[in-house]
Amino acid sequence: MADWYTSFANSGVGTTITEQLGLPRPVELRRYEPGEPLLPGPVVVGSAGAGRLRDAVTTVLRDAGVTVQSPVTADGGTDGEKLGAVVLDATGLTGPGDLAAAHDFLAPAIKRLRASGRVLVLADPPSDAGSPAQAAARQAVDGLVRSIAKELRAGSTANAIHVPEGAEGSLASPLRFFLSGRSAYVDGQLLTLSAADVPTGEDDAKPLAGKVAVVTGAARGIGAAIAEVMARDGAHVVAVDIPAAGDKLARVANEIGGTALQLDITAEDAPQRLVEHLTERHGGADVVVHNAGITRDKLLVNMDAARWNTVMAVNLQAQLDITQALLDTDGALKPDARVVCVSSQSGIAGNRGQTNYAASKAGVIGMVRAWAPHFAERGATINAVAPGFIITEMTAKMPFGTREIGSRINSLQQGGLPVDVAETIAWLSQPGSAGVNGQTVRVCGQSLLGA
Amino acid sequence: MATQNPATRKAAIVGGNRIPFARSNSAYAQASNQDMLTATLDGLVARFGLQGESVGEVVAGAVLKHARDYNLTREAVLGSKLAPTTPAYDVQQACGTGLEAAVLVANKIALGQIEAGIAGGVDTTSDAPLAVSDDLRRVLISLNSAKTMGDRLKALARIRPGQLVPDMPRNAEPRTGLAMGDHAAITAEEWQIGREEQDELAARSHQNMAAAYDRGFFDDLVTPFLGLTRDNNLRPDSSVEKLAKLKPVFGTGDGATMTAGNSTPLTDGASAVLLASDEWAAAKGLPVLAHLVDAQTAAVDYVHGGEGLLMAPVYAVPVLLARNGLSLQDFDFYEIHEAFASTVLATMKAWDDPAFCKEKLGLDAPLGAIDRAKLNVHGSSLAAGHPFAATGGRIVASLAKTLHEAGPGKRGLISICAAGGQGVVAILES
Repeated sequence: MADWYTSFANSGVGTTITEQLGLPRPVELRRYEPGEPLLPGPVVVGSAGAGRLRDAVTTVLRDAGVTVQSPVTADGGTDGEKLGAVVLDATGLTGPGDLAAAHDFLAPAIKRLRASGRVLVLADPPSDAGSPAQAAARQAVDGLVRSIAKELRAGSTANAIHVPEGAEGSLASPLRFFLSGRSAYVDGQLLTLSAADVPTGEDDAKPLAGKVAVVTGAARGIGAAIAEVMARDGAHVVAVDIPAAGDKLARVANEIGGTALQLDITAEDAPQRLVEHLTERHGGADVVVHNAGITRDKLLVNMDAARWNTVMAVNLQAQLDITQALLDTDGALKPDARVVCVSSQSGIAGNRGQTNYAASKAGVIGMVRAWAPHFAERGATINAVAPGFIITEMTAKMPFGTREIGSRINSLQQGGLPVDVAETIAWLSQPGSAGVNGQTVRVCGQSLLGA
Repeated sequence: MATQNPATRKAAIVGGNRIPFARSNSAYAQASNQDMLTATLDGLVARFGLQGESVGEVVAGAVLKHARDYNLTREAVLGSKLAPTTPAYDVQQACGTGLEAAVLVANKIALGQIEAGIAGGVDTTSDAPLAVSDDLRRVLISLNSAKTMGDRLKALARIRPGQLVPDMPRNAEPRTGLAMGDHAAITAEEWQIGREEQDELAARSHQNMAAAYDRGFFDDLVTPFLGLTRDNNLRPDSSVEKLAKLKPVFGTGDGATMTAGNSTPLTDGASAVLLASDEWAAAKGLPVLAHLVDAQTAAVDYVHGGEGLLMAPVYAVPVLLARNGLSLQDFDFYEIHEAFASTVLATMKAWDDPAFCKEKLGLDAPLGAIDRAKLNVHGSSLAAGHPFAATGGRIVASLAKTLHEAGPGKRGLISICAAGGQGVVAILES
């Protein structure tokens, strides 16, 4: 389901017009479909610096059925086949001089990248560099990747993964995510891994099989998409929303074979009721997605206390209270649980008229960062996802100009879909994503806002 | 008197669902019985994850029913998310339909004939069936069976303008021609039920139900429908003073005490209850709120027997109590259906009346009074409204949850009066 402009730009006459006028040329993004291969073409893996991850990467890709090619030379490469992805192992950089190899490898490879291709750079985190020169080189990777993301066209993305020493075992799940169609609208992002015990033997088609996943705000929009994707990946979804949305909620639950729980998450006894429901009916939750959120926009000077307080209560306080109650009750949250909190681009970039909303969503980012070490101790994770411009019923009500500008000011030149947010959340919920903790992943097509 | 078969098991009440009830010709004016029952079943399916499940049986009914709805419940099942292989049948016992349906399902579970079932009911007074008059119907039938053009013309010639007025369904007893409210007014006068106590009962019903909504009691009992999230008859600010201003609508002269405020309005709505064996519930990880212990029906001769139309539950309860070795005071909660405030008050007065209990019920001592603080604690039909066949399911689910919240070993009594001089009563226990 593309927006009107994307459909137009890809039509016969639209292609001509947009090309001649130099207008944005968004394409329909490659999105995950069950049963399809991880990538539509081969991958070329190269390195800059000493590189300690090439073998690991190659193994993961071969296991996923992807053809791995040797680096292409500057004069054209081994053959004419278009590449599905380009992976650069940039670990082991000692100084800026090592980066020339990155340029040498990436330039010819990216030329051969097909539509909705992937560029992924693996690097050491700058924070634990041994020298200023090494820190400079590692930090330089960030600028390189963010710029590549802006140069890529036709739905291709570029992202980086920081792999600290000892976290190599956490790489497989993020690697697959960034290369796959699940990350269609994740672009220009830097993810930092941590060391973790990563379970193996996950079913790729049903990575959440046997899991109980709670999704708040599941009656419509992004929440309904999250519930659908979770169910598709094998989870039993406990769909939660306010009682007044109960009819839509029941429809979502019935479509995905989940259960509906009508609950106002801001009610005083809501955490206790949710805990009781999960322990009595499901023996605890494996995944909790705090998606419920509201907006009550006004300029700060005109905002009444009710607007401020309700937004804070739903978007932030309820996430804190419910998570705390789940942690405090034996059996409510499985030891290796995955908690994913929905933040927002507004929480990163700020937004005029949204002081309450932006404050609550920024608060979510702080919350997951602070909770992450505690979650790690029990083998669990807590992360945030910050959607950018996502096409929903809510954005359909925006004025035409605001909506069009909002949806174009990103590297993919289009708004994301609820399923893009859902795929990212479902990935963070996988057992294999144990090494992603305390992170905030933006699903924004590399939006210019807050970049 | 029959004794309970020790080989049977008690059916568990797992939970319920209903759509908010709507006053006649309001939010559900365009909805059919089938629409409402299907939506109610789907809400229940979503709450308990029964998608694609074939439960033992779905039993429901409607009091006002179109001819096309001869298989209403089965049609609703086919339109729902339950497995199409789920059997269903309709029952109809006027306002007792919903509770009777629950008793029927519970009995099959008790006997081990089914492991789980859904009992429900639905009614619309908005999308009510209109029938052609009997005269016109006879003409049309003979027209249909006519073989020659001449016969057809002859049949058509019998049509008169007066026959074109349709038969409207009426809320009246066929044998007396009296509206149910008129019958209730006779009983109210007989038992000297005052205006103020009726208004007090009505106000409390509204206040109790509003408070229950506010504390989220109905969050897992009600699913919104067609934009309605709460019963639209509910008046949270109802008070005796406000109700005192209304003019009586039933009864005559000084004895006229029954108003639109202390009588239930015509209402549209549907309800459903999920019942099961304990084993079935445990296997699915579903809760057991309460068990349906026993039930009893009774009927009175209101036509020539000198008993009030809505007094049958008064007769059914002592039979039920005796069989279970209980006194009227052995209950933690009472759910007496508020067809009219005066009906509830007359029922309680009769149980507490030595002469009545001796002469009419054949008891040595009166059943006695009940603690009013235990009566209809989450509101009843005066507040919610009363879509005839849907009331039983509303009460069973609400009482089961009330008992569950109160803890194990709590007991509740349900008493529902019905048209035709009938009554259905039941005991639930947590």
